[in-house]
Amino acid sequence: MNEPILAVGSVEQGTSLWKDAWIRLRRNRLALFGLVLLVSFVILALLTPWIAPYAYDDQNLDLGASPPSAAHWLGTDIFGRDLLTQILYGGRISLAVGFVATSVALLIGVTWGAVAGYVGGRVDAVMMRLVDILYALPFMIFIVLLMVVFGRNLLLLFLAIGAVEWLTMARIMRGQVQTLRQQEFVEAAISLGLSPVTIIWRHLVPNALGPIIVYTTLTIPSVMLLEAFLSFLGLGVQPPQTSWGLLISYGAETMEEYPWLLIFPGMALTLTLFALNFLGDGLRDALDVRGSTD
Amino acid sequence: MALLSVNGLKVDFTTRNGVTHAVDDVSFSVEKGEITAIIGESGSGKSVACYSLLGLLPMPPASIEGGSAEFEGRDLLRMSEAELRQVRGRDIAMIFQDPMTCLNPYMTIGNQLVEPLLCHRRISREEARQRAIELLDEVGLRDPQTTIDQYPHQFSGGMRQRVMIAMALINEPKLLIADEPTTALDVTIQAQILRLLADLQKRRDVGVIFISHDLAVVADIADSIVVMEQGRVVERGDRQAIFERAEHPYTRKLLAAIPGGSKAPSASTGEDLVQVRNLCTWFSQGKHHESVKAVDDVSFGIRRGEILGLVGESGSGKSTIGRSLLRLVPVTSGEVLFDGVDVTALEGKALKQMRRRMQMIFQDPYASLNPRMTVFDTLAEPLLLHGIESRKSVEQGVLKLMDDVGLARAFIRKYPHEFSGGQRQRIAIGRALATRPEFVIADEPVSALDVTIQAQILELMLALGQEYGLTMLFVSHDLAVVRHIADRIIVLYKGRIVEEGLAEQLFEHPKEDYTRQLLESIPGRQLL
Repeated sequence: MNEPILAVGSVEQGTSLWKDAWIRLRRNRLALFGLVLLVSFVILALLTPWIAPYAYDDQNLDLGASPPSAAHWLGTDIFGRDLLTQILYGGRISLAVGFVATSVALLIGVTWGAVAGYVGGRVDAVMMRLVDILYALPFMIFIVLLMVVFGRNLLLLFLAIGAVEWLTMARIMRGQVQTLRQQEFVEAAISLGLSPVTIIWRHLVPNALGPIIVYTTLTIPSVMLLEAFLSFLGLGVQPPQTSWGLLISYGAETMEEYPWLLIFPGMALTLTLFALNFLGDGLRDALDVRGSTD
Repeated sequence: MALLSVNGLKVDFTTRNGVTHAVDDVSFSVEKGEITAIIGESGSGKSVACYSLLGLLPMPPASIEGGSAEFEGRDLLRMSEAELRQVRGRDIAMIFQDPMTCLNPYMTIGNQLVEPLLCHRRISREEARQRAIELLDEVGLRDPQTTIDQYPHQFSGGMRQRVMIAMALINEPKLLIADEPTTALDVTIQAQILRLLADLQKRRDVGVIFISHDLAVVADIADSIVVMEQGRVVERGDRQAIFERAEHPYTRKLLAAIPGGSKAPSASTGEDLVQVRNLCTWFSQGKHHESVKAVDDVSFGIRRGEILGLVGESGSGKSTIGRSLLRLVPVTSGEVLFDGVDVTALEGKALKQMRRRMQMIFQDPYASLNPRMTVFDTLAEPLLLHGIESRKSVEQGVLKLMDDVGLARAFIRKYPHEFSGGQRQRIAIGRALATRPEFVIADEPVSALDVTIQAQILELMLALGQEYGLTMLFVSHDLAVVRHIADRIIVLYKGRIVEEGLAEQLFEHPKEDYTRQLLESIPGRQLL
């Protein structure tokens, strides 16, 4: 086999894993569509106080539940509140929960799992037993306890959900790292004199990103639904504040009489989930350098 | 009439990047009771040609574009899948390269052996089992009555390959296709398996196609040899003709790639750079088992500028010694003095400093490079870590390394999967040299490579050794390779040193039986 030695000078310009991934992602239409959709949702959520047609606690009891009309594009709920306004404000909470709680889960889970998997031995055993114990702990009790001790606080709720969701992430990461750790490139890194922290972040985490990204895109919606469930129980957001999850659960109660109360919040959530899945798949492919390059 | 005669076989692969002619107008024949060897590098189409005969290629992307393959008067290429199934395993059987992955780990070997019998013949389970036991005995498995009920993991690699051979022979096929059957095995085991194959083939009068990348392997057993390059047959002839009067330049290149002879002694000065004293590396098997003594009380020295060869079979502890010196595995007891400092006692910063001076080249170039790092990232990492280059000058440093190891500069932003095995090994060598080490441990650096590439990499290592003034520990199971590169050789067996001596001396006048046995196992040693 020939190994051609080409002329000096034809050096391509600098790229990194992330730049390459971005180039590949841009070529994936579906993923790009997901990204655009998500970004526009986030922008809408940020701008809500200025663009919402009504105030979120504006009631019109005389009007009651009305179907979509010129004054209320998506209709109103039984208290005569504008549904579009509700969805916009609800999106703020839902997206915030989704991203904050998932980031918390990602940060703790990936770090925890990577350290356990890399160090191994007794440290691994202790760390993973702790995960097992937390798994076994009924998480409702955990969150109720937090709420009782610290009072009801939205940020705390985000953190609490994140603190529950990281367990699976840690297990996935540990499994990945354990397999990767056997490979010679890790030994090579050790013998170059790299510190364990560098080895974990530069050599192990990037190679484990595929499954982690997929699991992350699954975590965001499940976190949003968890918030709805907690709010429904009176532990999360309370009216007149609202979230997509809450809107959906109220909408489900009155589904037969006022279907739009379920359909529109449901669409908001579904669209977000679609966007996340497209983006997640796209990211996974984009980060796999073995996929089609150049 | 020939048992199998292949005429004008053409196989194409259609991929996104266009059509590749993997096999292009290939003809060869196999006689009853003869071994035909098909020789070529990876990508030469030698396996594709044979797999296509049995319909074992995934179609698409593969497609058979022409030719015929007459087997007992019938054309294999025009048979239906159902007819082919009758031929496969009964008339034509295959032995694969990797005995580790070709046996089902959840079935006893007995059950796997009788499966093809029950599938192709009307025979009771009891009879089938009896046949299996006889056959296991014939392929040289000890105590087949009991071992037949064991699982694959209870056998060593060589024994597994024997089981694979038994499995292939159980239906008394007329043609046996062996695809690199000994590449994954140690030299001594390889010699045994080759002898076994030659024996069985004579006794049972079957035709054999032996696929290999290494001419030396078939030097003792092949009756005729077909040499393939890039999908075409470039030369064919009987064994003598190929080895003595090869005409095609490619065949000559293959012959020249067989490592032979020994190099001129290097300019090693008297003092020892590395001294290993009573090194023990034991692996604990849990509280209730005795530890595995991978390295057991080994002492030796390596002189500055010298290349020391460390030879042994798998399980001899040769790789563990290398890893112990670099502190990649915990050392149980003993000392490793590097330039007078005991490496086993170093921690933290001192250890990092020491690691800069000792580097390792790993066996498997597919696993030793981070798949998500470009050549630039891989080579820049050690340069920056040890402050050899600054952020500004690092690109120049990387390019210099790439020049040194013979990699085109244009490849700087490419990822490992875009390279061939030999090129990857060049990257790995570049990484090891990046820290400007004084001492390099090469752990089987060429055993995963084709012979021609192997020769190139060995030359490169010798040249770089000179240029960088390296002291080297060269670990290998392949004596011919070690003889080619090393000044002195240490022979290991079960964690202990058996014999030690200058390369030439050890080859010409081995003192120990074990060394002699190793030397006799070198395939095609009359070529050396």
